[in-house]
Amino acid sequence: MREVNASEITNIVKQLCIENNINLDKDVTEKIIEFEKKEDSPIGKQILEQILINAKLATEENRPMCQDTGIAVIFVELGQDVHISKDNFYDAINEGVKRGYTQGYLRKSVVEDPVFDRKNTKDNTPAIIHTDIIPGDKIKITVASKGAGSENMSEIKMLKPADGIDGVKDFILDRVKRSGGMPCPPIIVGVGIGGNFEQCAYLSKKALLRPLNTRNPDTRWDTVEKELLTRINQLGIGPIGLGGRTTALAVQILTMPCHIASLPVAVNLQCHAHRHKTATI
Amino acid sequence: MTEERILQAPLKTKDIEKLTCGDKVMLNGTIYTARDAAHKRLIQLLEDGKPLPFDIKDQIIYYVGPTPEKPGEVIGSAGPTTSGRMDPYTPRLLDAGLKGMIGKGQRSKEVIEAIVRNKSIYFAATGGASVLLAKSIKKLKIIAYKDLGTEAIREIYVENFPCIVAIDFRGRDLYEKGPEKYQIL
Ligand code: SF4
Repeated sequence: MREVNASEITNIVKQLCIENNINLDKDVTEKIIEFEKKEDSPIGKQILEQILINAKLATEENRPMCQDTGIAVIFVELGQDVHISKDNFYDAINEGVKRGYTQGYLRKSVVEDPVFDRKNTKDNTPAIIHTDIIPGDKIKITVASKGAGSENMSEIKMLKPADGIDGVKDFILDRVKRSGGMPCPPIIVGVGIGGNFEQCAYLSKKALLRPLNTRNPDTRWDTVEKELLTRINQLGIGPIGLGGRTTALAVQILTMPCHIASLPVAVNLQCHAHRHKTATI
Repeated sequence: MTEERILQAPLKTKDIEKLTCGDKVMLNGTIYTARDAAHKRLIQLLEDGKPLPFDIKDQIIYYVGPTPEKPGEVIGSAGPTTSGRMDPYTPRLLDAGLKGMIGKGQRSKEVIEAIVRNKSIYFAATGGASVLLAKSIKKLKIIAYKDLGTEAIREIYVENFPCIVAIDFRGRDLYEKGPEKYQIL
């Protein structure tokens, strides 16, 4: 049994929250550069250039790349041979979010009651925490900062098994089309297929964590991802929705077994401010 | 596509009439920030027949909720938020004298009709280019609803703030025309 002090978790979460919002990962900037070269729309090209300059400025000046620094979504892989001492695990994570968002001058965007008073919690907590117990004695923590512009364009649908792959593709394309410029294209399209209602939504978010320069290990789904990316970029939506060839940078699919009578599909859209970082304790 | 046009705020009808959807604009002058919660309060004031916290005639509202500024900064990161959430309030503000809006994303039919009715204009700024955009903001004063924090109304002075005419005074909409031009059927 390995002992980990809860304050270590707090520190890591704090650092990841801040770093996430300032430094855009290289796999994202590389994809944007790749698409900028192919962009036919002069306005679209200029917007992609602005996004790249912005990412550079954010790093140089230590400022958040986007004003919507998001709600903190935290994925934890907790080794079963770890014992967390001194504090409650979830409290330690939330304390890290609180410190990160406060000390890092990040925007606090969480309200307490979703409907009635919508009062700001003032420290961006609570975070949304997904925990997996895995073998080993390590803790792997990924913090994703998820803005609402793209999150609000996400959707889940319980298809009929008879709808098959065409039904799946149509739903994804339709979701992207209806979103237009609102999720700040270029986007990354996270797709969950299978599981059940709530598992499928979770898969669609987790699918976004795959680095953009990797491929789906299942060749059937790899083909579907490529086809969907091409068809999405034929929609013409373009950077920030003003027309162009670059609507999505990637489509990433995660699947799971499901009930004989079900075919759940969830689409989680992610804007170009694609912020997630991982550390291991 | 035309070269960048220099535009002065508050807006003049004759300047608005020269702009077409797709034009690149460099905006200069004083504008106001407001998003969801501030809009709700502004509309309530109009409904109660009370004065607004600033004279809205010919003004531009920028839909933004910045990050907190660090010591020494005029403003934190400050890119546009999704305009569609303001659609239910916008026609009322346009009818009350508002001339322009800056945000991101398409607008409703009702908003486009109100833009045409009032000869006003909607600009798109690059969502997520929030450090770049903040650099054009040179002065800032919170003028109302301080309690709303990031959602308070700020009077800001901008220099060469880059945006694009998304919906012009004739109601021509780049969110429709742009994608139509580039879609492959
Ligand atoms: S959708 Fe993304 S890039 Fe656009 S404003 Fe929201 S967080 Fe920023």
